[in-house]
Amino acid sequence: MNQAIRNSWIAAIAMFALIFGAVSYVQVVGADELKANAWNKRTLLQNYCNDRGAIIVGGKPVAQSVPGSDSCQYQRSYAQPELYAGITGYFSKNYGLTGMELAMNEQLAGSSDQLFLDRVGQLFLGNQPKGASVELTLDPKIQKLAYDLIPDGQRGSIVVSNPKTGAILAMVSKPSYDPNLIATQDADAEAANITKLNKIPGINLNQSVSGPTGALLAPGSVFKIVDTAAALNSGKYNKDSVLPNPAEMPFPGIQYKLPNYAGGNCYTRDKASFAFALQQSCNTPFASIAIDLGQKAIEEQAAKFGFGETFGDQLKLEMAKSTFPSEPLDDAGLAQSAIGQRDVRATPLQINMMTSAIANGGVQMKPNLIKALRSPDLRILNEPKPEALRTSTSSEIARQITEWMTSVVSEGIARGAAVPNVEVAGKTGTAELGTGLNNSWFTGFAPANDPQVAVTIVMQGVDITTGANLTSPNAKKIFEAVLNK
Amino acid sequence: MTPIDPTPKPRRNAELVLLVLALAVGIGANALVGVDRQKAFDTDFWFQSGLLTAAALAFHLILRLRAKYADPVILPLVVGLNGLGLAMIHRLDRVGEDTGNNQLRWTLVAMAVAIAVIWFLKDHRILRRFTYISLAVSAVLLILPLVPGISAGEVLGASVWIKLGSMTFQPGEIAKITLAIFFAGYLSSNRDLILLAGRKIGPVQFPRFKDMGPMITAWLVSIGVLIFQRDLGTSILFFGLFLVMIYVATSRISWVIIGVVLMVGGGFVASKVFSHVALRIDGWLNAFTPEVYDREFGGSRQIVEGLFGMANGGLVGTGLGQGRPNLVPFANSDMIVASFGEELGLIGVFAIVLMYLLLFTRGFRAALGTRDAFGKLLATGLSFAIALQCFVVIGGVTRLIPLTGLTTPFLAAGGSSLLANWIIVGLLLMISHTARGPVDTTPLPPGQEPDLKSDTPAMPPKPATAPARSARTSPDAPTEAVKHL
Repeated sequence: MNQAIRNSWIAAIAMFALIFGAVSYVQVVGADELKANAWNKRTLLQNYCNDRGAIIVGGKPVAQSVPGSDSCQYQRSYAQPELYAGITGYFSKNYGLTGMELAMNEQLAGSSDQLFLDRVGQLFLGNQPKGASVELTLDPKIQKLAYDLIPDGQRGSIVVSNPKTGAILAMVSKPSYDPNLIATQDADAEAANITKLNKIPGINLNQSVSGPTGALLAPGSVFKIVDTAAALNSGKYNKDSVLPNPAEMPFPGIQYKLPNYAGGNCYTRDKASFAFALQQSCNTPFASIAIDLGQKAIEEQAAKFGFGETFGDQLKLEMAKSTFPSEPLDDAGLAQSAIGQRDVRATPLQINMMTSAIANGGVQMKPNLIKALRSPDLRILNEPKPEALRTSTSSEIARQITEWMTSVVSEGIARGAAVPNVEVAGKTGTAELGTGLNNSWFTGFAPANDPQVAVTIVMQGVDITTGANLTSPNAKKIFEAVLNK
Repeated sequence: MTPIDPTPKPRRNAELVLLVLALAVGIGANALVGVDRQKAFDTDFWFQSGLLTAAALAFHLILRLRAKYADPVILPLVVGLNGLGLAMIHRLDRVGEDTGNNQLRWTLVAMAVAIAVIWFLKDHRILRRFTYISLAVSAVLLILPLVPGISAGEVLGASVWIKLGSMTFQPGEIAKITLAIFFAGYLSSNRDLILLAGRKIGPVQFPRFKDMGPMITAWLVSIGVLIFQRDLGTSILFFGLFLVMIYVATSRISWVIIGVVLMVGGGFVASKVFSHVALRIDGWLNAFTPEVYDREFGGSRQIVEGLFGMANGGLVGTGLGQGRPNLVPFANSDMIVASFGEELGLIGVFAIVLMYLLLFTRGFRAALGTRDAFGKLLATGLSFAIALQCFVVIGGVTRLIPLTGLTTPFLAAGGSSLLANWIIVGLLLMISHTARGPVDTTPLPPGQEPDLKSDTPAMPPKPATAPARSARTSPDAPTEAVKHL
């Protein structure tokens, strides 16, 4: 028996030998690799007390380092914090970095190769290390306007961009938060604040899963733009095609019937043109297109607009990928997916990029938030140029869809977005959440003949009337502000 | 058999010196932790340190009175580990959190219970008469978390908690002890039977099928815990406990082979059938892929953050209070070893692991020294359980094996775990007392005799039959000293 006890002890010692090995590996042998990992925020935070570069909007810093305490020379400070929180993110000692603070950390912290000469200079002059500043493309007036257009307590996002360059002029969402509360050097206050902030209803401090770049929402009828593009691209349909428009679409073998949109005038006809179907946002014509073309065609067109794809190297911010189901759907599932329901999910930025592609003759530009990168002595280090990301449709198809989207605003259900003396193209969407409430969308651009601005608005969890009031009319205000009307 | 020291020494003074050292480590750590927050030596600190010191000294006094030959190293080791745990939990407390004081309260309760066990039980051999009661108690304890009304429901994917008023408790921790008592009692009574029968295949003698009963029971209990409580760690722990005990009882490696085959088979099937097991394994193998890292349930973020923390600690650590262990989820419970790795470095973790190694080695030493089969089995089982638990937890944290939800004994925040492990320490101390004390060949006093029928309590034992019975039926008699198995 004692021999067996000794053997058991040896087994236990063997397990502990493995532990010693594993701990040694993690803490010494493999430590450098772990420290270099992109997810490792600890390494980034080692420069916590240095003078970081500023994040600048419209010539004024929205995030900058200000003199801190004795133990930590510099402290991060955010101006108009709630307005820009979704883009700047926060820079925290204990909770890490998010948003631009994370995406541009190398430059802001001054450790980027682009700043090598500056670093050498600082070394000789004995100056404190100082990071580069990041100037954003945002327009402070539009940003403020967009933010105020979302009522307090309402969850929603607005993206405003220039479809020809991909530059983002405004990107806001509510609920927002004050990053100063998390960036404080008082660890106790910081911990208390983050607990409090996380209790704000509907908030998520992580910009990659919430807000314009991260929230994956059912797009509803704005997805019909994808169906239309797929239809025209297939060659089976043209601008004069007559589409079936039954009040309900039955499916063989099941009880479910896909109803037409009840809010417009769809019920007045059982055949519809593209223009009418888009104007009144009828469901059954697009469901029948999707079933006719097949899931693959819709999925491919969605990918051409950016679903499931990345957005290029100029956005910098982390973003969620929008999805169209790739596993085989039955007809009912495909019909529901074609109208942006079921498992179709898109971020507000994705819908804005799709709209911009139509506005820009079918060519999607890389979305861009960075106007310039400046060294500590204000020299321009880098100025991103507009670059095409992908071709979403041919220019003819884009022109045709623009014409129909213009009629949606001039004659259809997005009339609220109309701006006097300007041709506005738009499309609304109402995605049912199954709770009686909807995600209400507007996406569009203006002027239709020479697009300067693309606007995407989504209000989450609203009833039909509130949704209608908060989308198209607000888009009008943004169009007017950008176009100075 | 180890030669028995002709004149046993109590060595209580050595224990006192080591105890002072252990208290200095724990309390010193607690002071360091507070330095950074300008509250190193506030009244709270003195109050907490005073309580811990008083409890440790009280324990020491009880040993002087009741178990003066108990191993002098065990208590200081455990007080040292518990003190370090208290300091780290206190350090990780955010504002408004009071896990540190809660842990201290539980430490005091657990020590009081362990003292009571030593005081009232007097001799571990008495436990043997509770063999089948222990089995029943284990069954009740394991079923409790699944009973509606008492169950605290599914917490973090596992149903192992019960509600006691406002507190929660993990009865499985206590079941670890009662199961060990049952196995020890059952195996010490039946080992001859299991030993004699069996078929030899090659060099390995396999047991008869009917003797597999307890093995099947243990296997079913483990699989039951895995399926119904969704707790992989506890499942492995129970089965490992049983395997080592049956191996020690029979000295047959065939049991271990059958056991490992059963365990691997069960685990393999479980990983195919139950998503929680599969997720654990996926999170272990593919920890560094983005989908696994970001998965909301069963993702690898926790383990990866823990690895980053340990890598950051490197060889010597950041120093207590200087790292960022709060970036790791569950930093004060499941991942507390990572917190120590970050702040105390490889050296600190090695020291802690060595403390565990010494602790279970002293337990095995008690098993070798004690003269009754029941005590040998119990001490081996409990010591191996400590070793296995450390292996499963630290191996999980260092990504040696999949991470499971076991607690690190004495370090991790959690009252049930503290209580159970302190009771284990009480039992090991009692067994080591009989192991190291003067050879006592007298059987237990009449009335305490485990095999005495309790149906004649009022009658005085018959002088003619009592010695004969104890010589014939009591395996507690010094069989080991003569048989040398």
